[in-house]
Amino acid sequence: MKSRWVRLVIPAAVVPVLLLLAYGFWTNPREIPSPLLGKPAAAFALASFTGAPFNLEHYRGRVVMLNFWASWCRPACYEEAPTLERVWQAYKDKGVVVLGVDVQDSDEAARKFLAQFGHSFPNAPDPGGRVAIDYGVYGVPETFFIDRQGRVRFKQVGALTDDIARKQLDKLLAEKP
Amino acid sequence: MIPELGYAATVAALALAICGAGTSAMGARTGRTDLLRAGERAAVGVWVLVTACVALMLYAFLTFDFSVRYVAFNTSRGTPFYYRITALWGALEGSIILWSWMLSIYTLVVVVQYRRRQPELYPWVLAVLLGILAFFLLIMTVPAPPFERLTPIPPDGRGLNPLLEDSGMITHPVALYLGFTGFTVPFAFAMAALIVGRTGDEWITITRRWTIIAWYFLSLGLLIGGWWSYHVLGWGGYWAWDPVENAAFMPWLTATAFLHSVMIQERRRMLKLWNLSLIILTFGLTLFGTFLTRSGIIGSVHAFTQGSIGVFFLAFLGVVLIGSFALLASRLDQLRGQGELDSVVSRESVFLLNNLFLVAAAFTVFFGTVFPLLSEAVRGVKVSVGAPFFNLVNIPIFLALLFLMGVGPLIAWRRASAQNLKRNFLAPVAAGVVAAAVLRIGGVGNVIVLTAMTLVVFVAGTIALDYVRAVRARRRSGDAWGVATWGLLLRQNRRYGGFVVHLGILVIALGVAGSQAWSTETETTLDRGQSVELGGYRVRFDGLSASEESNHFKVTGTFTMSNGGAPATLYPARKFYPQEQTPIAAVDYKLGLMKDVYLVLGEFARDGSQATIKLKINWMVSWLWIGGAVLTLGAALAILPERRRAA
Repeated sequence: MKSRWVRLVIPAAVVPVLLLLAYGFWTNPREIPSPLLGKPAAAFALASFTGAPFNLEHYRGRVVMLNFWASWCRPACYEEAPTLERVWQAYKDKGVVVLGVDVQDSDEAARKFLAQFGHSFPNAPDPGGRVAIDYGVYGVPETFFIDRQGRVRFKQVGALTDDIARKQLDKLLAEKP
Repeated sequence: MIPELGYAATVAALALAICGAGTSAMGARTGRTDLLRAGERAAVGVWVLVTACVALMLYAFLTFDFSVRYVAFNTSRGTPFYYRITALWGALEGSIILWSWMLSIYTLVVVVQYRRRQPELYPWVLAVLLGILAFFLLIMTVPAPPFERLTPIPPDGRGLNPLLEDSGMITHPVALYLGFTGFTVPFAFAMAALIVGRTGDEWITITRRWTIIAWYFLSLGLLIGGWWSYHVLGWGGYWAWDPVENAAFMPWLTATAFLHSVMIQERRRMLKLWNLSLIILTFGLTLFGTFLTRSGIIGSVHAFTQGSIGVFFLAFLGVVLIGSFALLASRLDQLRGQGELDSVVSRESVFLLNNLFLVAAAFTVFFGTVFPLLSEAVRGVKVSVGAPFFNLVNIPIFLALLFLMGVGPLIAWRRASAQNLKRNFLAPVAAGVVAAAVLRIGGVGNVIVLTAMTLVVFVAGTIALDYVRAVRARRRSGDAWGVATWGLLLRQNRRYGGFVVHLGILVIALGVAGSQAWSTETETTLDRGQSVELGGYRVRFDGLSASEESNHFKVTGTFTMSNGGAPATLYPARKFYPQEQTPIAAVDYKLGLMKDVYLVLGEFARDGSQATIKLKINWMVSWLWIGGAVLTLGAALAILPERRRAA
């Protein structure tokens, strides 16, 4: 009696794994929709790498480009890093602020990354990944474009390019304040 | 013409494989040799037909027959000759041809080797192999037909994925698939052993060499994959815990566990159930790897084509896993071990720990890889885990494995005495402690790197100690130096083959530790004539030149690199392929034993006055490739026929 039971249980143990994999057919890994689009961006209050306060509320009324990154995220974060600084330099006087949130990283590696690319916009570590979870970040890099009213309007998954950043920022800047 | 011929050959091979599997199984049940011979003829027929498929596809590639969809999508008139051959496995459909072909060759070798020697197991082995072959031929017939016709016939093809135009891609898939398919043979023997009820050591003894060969090719495939990633992708690393890499790494972990645990069964009659489970898992993971990379259920940087193939693979994976575990469960009574663990301080328990860690590593990699699915299914949130998770969990496991690698081969069976421990480990531990002190004083601050290097010295110490002792013993019994040193390796080739493989792993471990700890990089924009300095190297930008290649347009930068000695010139480039939206970076590098200089060309001014570069000084990456060569020697030594006289 007992052995018959075991005979069924051993092969049956495989079934949940197979079901999980089968579930994958109903999902699309490339499409990572954000339920946040059009919704108010989640508030956060962190401390930047330089020790300055780092919160979204402070920038209300400006267009915000919020970038999630990590120094271990190769190659995408390294590809987009120069773009971020270029966009910041080009748009900082037009009412745009670029913010960087560093996810699951070591302090030393993160500072090295920032120094390497000379990032001069505010960057903050995200201890415990709280902010990343609030924004539903699937994996780094992801970039959120937030309008003057503080609503999430666009989300870029993967490396950001100059074209995409400029297009989104120009669109949000053109809207009436 | 070619599409029709190829498709006909595929369908005929599928029919033959199904018939052959059926007649072999019936022959095995009834004991009728005529049925078995029919199965063998079917195996030969399948091999001939699949070989014909390979030949037809090569012919189509070499003659630019764009009526074959696969040729049109993976080559163009400008594709260089060699890459027209390797384009055969440049995408999904062709890879499956290669897979089937290798499996048909393995099947043929099994027929030739065992038809007279293993009357009981062999018929079932043949049936299982032909059954698995039938599955791959089914893939070639229905969801991923390589010989699909393309109408109208385009004047030129789309071209091979430019990233695959590289020497690493010539060998990487071949090695990887030789590894993957190689595990089919031990799996088939395990299944035969379960069906017949001969669950002793027989199947393990027979397949020992097969397992080592498959394991070796899988290792080689992983290393060449790392090499390709390193010198083609341009990010300067060799491993990123990408789902595709994980897919190949998981069966490697379980296969490594299997290679070790069979030794316990051979010596102590223990772990029968465990060994059968490991080989089922390993074979299942090779299927899972292909499923994962080809079904598109998990996002990956490797953009593979997707289609209904995933459903087929999952169904087959289900049949294989449920079927083989059910078979295993039905033999449960036979599989109780005869030996028992006498002491915690013994070789058996060290090997058990090694197995536990390897399987735990495989499990964590599996967990991390399917985590996005799990999280979405359970919580409805898509979240992926990145490199930090894999490193956090696996680094301690690998360090523990390194330690066990030193202890395992020298500790006594059954129960190690204090005397045994002192005799074998005092000197290596002392060497490790001295090494740790030297490295610490020398400025190695990172705890993980320090631990890894200390352990490497310890393990190397145990191997050296064992070898020196054995050579001395041979000398005392009157052997000449040559016989005592080289002859020993050949006489106990299995043991010393294993040691040489361990040395290869140690060299690789040093490479990983060193490159993670000390590599530096910088990214900067240079005007012509301007220089940048990093880690004692000075790189000057001398200018740009443009050229039209057979299938792309290329902009090449000229840079002069110096570090005190004679200057060298580096030519990193960007390649613009008509079929690609973004340019492909062609890295240039100077490899060195301790340091590689690695230069990538980024954006540039069209007039050649300015260029953005990424310069990396990568430490000890070459040790990975050297370790691979050592591994090759060790594996070759281990599979030599045993010369050891029965003692």
